Amino acid sequence: MAFRQAAMLVISPGRELLGIIGLSLLVSGTAVCLASALGVGFASVLALSRRFPLRGAIMNIMNTFMGLPPVVVGLALYLLLSNSGPLGFLQLLYTPKAMILAQFVIAFPIVTAISHSAIVSIDPSISSAAKTLGATAVQHTWTLIREARFGIFSGIMAALGRVMAEVGAILIVGGNIKGFTRVMTTAIALETSQGDFELAIALGIVLITISLAVNSALFMIQKKGRRGFFYKS
Amino acid sequence: MFSSGKNFFLKAALFSILMMVFVSPAAFAAKSIICASTTSTQNSGFFDYILPIFEKKTGIAVKVVAVGTGAAIEIGKRGDADVVLCHAKGLEMIALKEGFFVNRHDLMYNDFVIVGPAKDPAGVASSKTAVEAFRKISSARRTFISRGDRSGTNIKENAIWGMAELNPKGRPWYLESGQGMGKTLMAASEKGAYTLTDRSTYYNLKDRLGLKILFQGDKTLFNQYGVMAVNPAKHPNVKFSDAMAFVNWLISSEGQKFIAEYKDKHGNQLFFPDAD
Repeated sequence: MAFRQAAMLVISPGRELLGIIGLSLLVSGTAVCLASALGVGFASVLALSRRFPLRGAIMNIMNTFMGLPPVVVGLALYLLLSNSGPLGFLQLLYTPKAMILAQFVIAFPIVTAISHSAIVSIDPSISSAAKTLGATAVQHTWTLIREARFGIFSGIMAALGRVMAEVGAILIVGGNIKGFTRVMTTAIALETSQGDFELAIALGIVLITISLAVNSALFMIQKKGRRGFFYKS
Repeated sequence: MFSSGKNFFLKAALFSILMMVFVSPAAFAAKSIICASTTSTQNSGFFDYILPIFEKKTGIAVKVVAVGTGAAIEIGKRGDADVVLCHAKGLEMIALKEGFFVNRHDLMYNDFVIVGPAKDPAGVASSKTAVEAFRKISSARRTFISRGDRSGTNIKENAIWGMAELNPKGRPWYLESGQGMGKTLMAASEKGAYTLTDRSTYYNLKDRLGLKILFQGDKTLFNQYGVMAVNPAKHPNVKFSDAMAFVNWLISSEGQKFIAEYKDKHGNQLFFPDAD
């Protein structure tokens, strides 16, 4: 019974359900885009500048933070963004922006660590060829990022998967406010606690479908990457 | 899109900036206040009923962050909410005296009930007082699930254990869920356990639970809800006038009338207005 009603909800979602799904995608998508832009940049700087201070320590921290518990991120950001905290004047608590920030904090180490290992494992001859051909520092960096793009892309997808599934951080900094900061995972938690399993199941189905789509896309791209499809362009 | 790394990352950065701009308007569309409240008022459907009425009348959207009463008061103290609606008058009065809140009013009441399996193995149903009921559960060593989360319900429960001169914490039959009322009721139902619940959440979930009301009506089980505004002198950022508009409407004869008219899907009245 619950499953049938859930299936009906998936087929014809109401405005509330669509809003929840939309906000999930918006928050997680934005967080991952920001994390990608900054994380890949940071990773390439780390990987390419030989004498970057404390590189080993930074990578160690990034690798540790890949497994950062979202509730801890939520708690830390709550204390920072609270009106009684140092960043309270920004008035970000209980807004989608705070949720984006939380997911960015979770996604950034993942993108950075995986991109870094992808960039450092590129065949060194590519790097020296680029230099020999007279590439500027920027051109050289872009060449290596392009070479490592499939590894980097895996990192971005891993980050997306993690933040889409995350509930601890956004629940604390977003507050799960109906129609404003309620996303799929926090809605599932709430609906389950209220015994409204239909909506919870429907959202679960949507969430898994999105994960499946993201992973299929990743798989296709990597397969094409191995075949050298993209190298023509 | 993936053909050029440079393009991809430029696009990603551009997209994020666009999204940030896009997310922004929602944050200050019209007037809105944040209300820290309890899981029992949210789980009972009360806010879904009352807030649209208030918003339609005043144009002020009320965003509810539903946590336990202890946490709701804490959120208010930190200035992270504009108004707090909860049910632990003792704690509320302390926070009021400390100057964190102003204009506290009794708002409405209902009662707590002791629920458990229909078979009632501890014989709670024949108790004369809530204290006696708790004593029976304790001496029969039947599973009791506590919220264990400093919520209003949890505070009431601890007070009753105190009156019974019992300290069940750590006993094998005494479990602390650390969850909201809805999840605690479902856990009690799964385990055939006893628990203390507010009547509204129990009614809302009744169809999905294998639990019966076994004891009710003792004046110890009175459940007073109150509402208060965060003191703008402590936190200049709070939206005090909008918060007061909400408080004043709730305690007005109109707000009180709407509270009295709220019925659950079985036609039970869940909250009884008693603003002072």
